[in-house]
Amino acid sequence: MQENENQPVSRDHAGFPWKQVIGLLLSLVLTFLALWIAVGHLLPVQPTIAIIVALAIFQAFIQLFMFMHVTEGTEPVHQLIGILFGIYVAFAVVGGTIWILYYQM
Amino acid sequence: MAESTLSLDAKNRKNLPLEYSTEEGDLRIVGFWMFLAAELVLFGTLFGTYLVLKSHTGGGPTAQDLFKIGPVMAETLVLLVSSFTCGLSTLELRRHNKKGLITWLAVTIILGLVFVGLEANEFYTYVTHEGATLQTSAFLSGFFILLGTHGCHVSLGIVWIAGILIQLARRGITPVTARKAFIVGLYWHFLDVVWIFIFTAVYLTGWVM
Repeated sequence: MQENENQPVSRDHAGFPWKQVIGLLLSLVLTFLALWIAVGHLLPVQPTIAIIVALAIFQAFIQLFMFMHVTEGTEPVHQLIGILFGIYVAFAVVGGTIWILYYQM
Repeated sequence: MAESTLSLDAKNRKNLPLEYSTEEGDLRIVGFWMFLAAELVLFGTLFGTYLVLKSHTGGGPTAQDLFKIGPVMAETLVLLVSSFTCGLSTLELRRHNKKGLITWLAVTIILGLVFVGLEANEFYTYVTHEGATLQTSAFLSGFFILLGTHGCHVSLGIVWIAGILIQLARRGITPVTARKAFIVGLYWHFLDVVWIFIFTAVYLTGWVM
């Protein structure tokens, strides 16, 4: 079975740390892009919030894949299920809260 | 179903990075991911609380009165770069380069201290110059609890990395210290992930609305 196969984990020997540098540069670009969109008041409030939240989620996934090696290990499916469940509960709490507030007004 | 790979024989485990080279280390790393999932839920509840309370300023200072772009961006950039240096320390760990690992972890600690200092200064400014304390309004209670919980996590991370540095200096890179250094790296990156959402949901949203 696929999930039981030994996951090859590349050994990073000498060389320029491309993965880390690209992760840093992408994070910086996304941070300043979000700042520019928010502080510049380029768009109405609702689209601005939607865009900066999307940028934050994208940046979180960069951290997860480029720095935290979430897909590594002998059976990464276990940690992926755990983290996905954590993300699901956090989104249910935050999203549900915002939803209730929205319909209260 | 085939036999679980957790019972891989020692020969196959030799192809994995050092932190995964023992079954115990492997299980502890998976266990730490479960802890991070629980932390995600903890911060989720604090974000939910903050978002409910943020419009309840009770006549006190509002987000736009308090938040200044300069100090907030300084904190954000310092923590972002510390996550990068922590990523480099994991890379040096994979290369079995003790000196590089210790150097990058030390840089991460210094950046962490700068971050905590900047955040303490931000809180101090709010309390002394703006009269914005934990008791001033529901908005500020939510703000200080969310940011304070994150700041406490960063402070704990600094002490934790310092402890790992002592072990690395004494024992070198072994399967045990490799696993510890890898796990503390996961913790540190997670704190940067939380900050990304604080930056977006607290500061950017505060400036937009």
